[in-house]
Amino acid sequence: MAGEPLLKIQGVETYYGNIRALSGVDVEVNKGEIVSLIGANGAGKSTLMMTICGSPQARSGQVIFDGEDITKLPTHIIARRRIAQSPEGRRIFPRMTVFENLQMGANLDNLKYFKEDVEKIFVMFPRLKERQSQRGGTLSGGEQQMLSIGRALMSRPKLLLLDEPSLGLAPLIVKGIFEAIKMLNKEEGLTVFLVEQNAFAALKLSDRAYVMVNGKVTMSGSGKELLSNPEVRAAYLEGGRH
Amino acid sequence: MSPVTEKGETSLMAKAIREGIFAAIISFFMFLLFVGVETYQDINNALVWRMRWGLLFIFVAIAAIGRFLTVAFIKPHLDARKLSKAKSGILEISTQKSFFHRHFLKIALVFLLVYPFLMMLIVGKQGSLKYVDNFGIQILIYVMLAWGLNIVVGLAGLLDLGYVAFYAVGAYSYALLSSYLGLSFWILLPLSGIFAALWGIMLGFPVLRLRGDYLAIVTLAFGEIIRLVLINWTEVTKGTFGISGIAKASVFGIWSFDVGAPNNFAKVFGLASSSVYYKVFLFYVILALCLLTAYVTIRLRRMPIGRAWEALREDEIACRSLGINTVTTKLTAFATGAMFGGFAGSFFAARQGFVSPESFVFLESAVILAIVVLGGMGSLTGIAIAAVVMVGGTELLRDMSFLKIIFGPDFTPELYRMLLFGLAMVIVMLFKPRGFVGAREPTAFLKERKAVSGSFTKEGHG
Repeated sequence: MAGEPLLKIQGVETYYGNIRALSGVDVEVNKGEIVSLIGANGAGKSTLMMTICGSPQARSGQVIFDGEDITKLPTHIIARRRIAQSPEGRRIFPRMTVFENLQMGANLDNLKYFKEDVEKIFVMFPRLKERQSQRGGTLSGGEQQMLSIGRALMSRPKLLLLDEPSLGLAPLIVKGIFEAIKMLNKEEGLTVFLVEQNAFAALKLSDRAYVMVNGKVTMSGSGKELLSNPEVRAAYLEGGRH
Repeated sequence: MSPVTEKGETSLMAKAIREGIFAAIISFFMFLLFVGVETYQDINNALVWRMRWGLLFIFVAIAAIGRFLTVAFIKPHLDARKLSKAKSGILEISTQKSFFHRHFLKIALVFLLVYPFLMMLIVGKQGSLKYVDNFGIQILIYVMLAWGLNIVVGLAGLLDLGYVAFYAVGAYSYALLSSYLGLSFWILLPLSGIFAALWGIMLGFPVLRLRGDYLAIVTLAFGEIIRLVLINWTEVTKGTFGISGIAKASVFGIWSFDVGAPNNFAKVFGLASSSVYYKVFLFYVILALCLLTAYVTIRLRRMPIGRAWEALREDEIACRSLGINTVTTKLTAFATGAMFGGFAGSFFAARQGFVSPESFVFLESAVILAIVVLGGMGSLTGIAIAAVVMVGGTELLRDMSFLKIIFGPDFTPELYRMLLFGLAMVIVMLFKPRGFVGAREPTAFLKERKAVSGSFTKEGHG
């Protein structure tokens, strides 16, 4: 990969009050890559995701996106730089319909590309089309995850952040969602940064991956390398492959 | 009848009697001090008390018999109906709605437009005063206030317990500026709205980070601050005496309703002088203001800002991650809601001709909020219905002299206003926990509305 990475995280430290959650994290995501971040509960994966989005902001270090330092920008401005997030716990709007949820995603362009984009989402997730006039809160977990990803995509992002897309979902649905992510990456050239506990699926999908332990990146490499790495296997795959 | 059901029936009766007695015991102790004891002053001005056993007995009897009937007859009947419906597989909500249901809004609008004249026809000019003023205008003021608060609470999800503060700002803006500067109603109406909106933003700034209970407490305090300022800033507001002799509104300056004025409405048209014309005029003014509020709310809901309000109510973090500036979104919600409160306030001042801090106590905020919640947060129709029931209902209580037959000649129904208000709320919340119109109407569709949409299914969490 030539040139600057799309997202560059340099020596980021994030605190919750006085508790240090991230201590000097360096991560790079190049354009067109799928990069995943794996690690145990409480390793700081989601915190890193939130730090990219500016909530909480990093106390030291830098988050550089597309050549611009976004470390201290407020969350909604960061989102307007076309970093879309499908947050942990999905966070769809429960009383609004599927259709309205997708509309909310297209707010940045004031619905300019809404019609064509929503058709694309409906092709990718036909379930959402079926359920478009249903309220978000009435969807099943998998459908909510699809909606969350679909909503994030509606803003035409340069970078898609996915926080635990497989959380609480049946293996078959996880497979479908991961296939959709792969397709987006291959066909649309979308850059994806993925946080996952389901290390096996995530590593298989990713071009590169980082392993996080106690707020530090301890290992990195291509997805394949890490999959065959005995340490990673012992810690995250053998015991953790559900 | 088989012996099994017979046995079932006797046990049901036994259960009903048991629960009836239980209800009697509970209500006896509940009402013992409330209703059973009456305090009054004797000839020496000393406070003494006596027991009202008869009245207490009536209350207890109503509770016991009511509970008995509910358990013995009403509940089995309802259960049986539900069961037979479930067995026959007929949906509770039929897709074919009645004519009245489909054209409800049009019918309601036409009715409101002819209402004052209808009342004049039925009960005569002087008799209609009560219906146009006490019912019509009074209810419409609350409809407008509730619709204004609906923007803050129903759409944006910011629990505001001090909404009456903006009503007060509007009322005092009109009262003070018209008596000190002599400005007319039509200039001050938009001005009051703007002032109230500014106060809305001023309240909005410090509470931006707060949500839910914390926000409610701060807004409650804000309402009290405004009221206390009005009481204590006596040089300007005349304190608890209030401001009287506030100028009446005129028909855009063309016709006046002041008795002495040369362009007096009744004189110009050669009508017998009566205060009813002013009331009818006010009725149409507040009706127009209500329609404006409804129109703006409906339009805003379809615009990005309205969508952002609703999204903000659902999930603030998700909003931010979608690029919505939650600060401006909240402030616009506060400002817009406050503006309508301000309009209603200045109208209130023009109608009463007198304002005092007593009109803007916390109870008013609570009543407005109760109307919003009862109607179903976010639903304009539901809120209007709730306002009619709640405000109209309490007004009706003044006429309920037949209650004296049951409760004795000393019974004054108005005094039980709040008790009944609370009772009504409990009942509505038991049977319709999301308010009269609980289902939210979506604002956008790709294609035709489907017969079975999300509003027919229950909300889940996952």
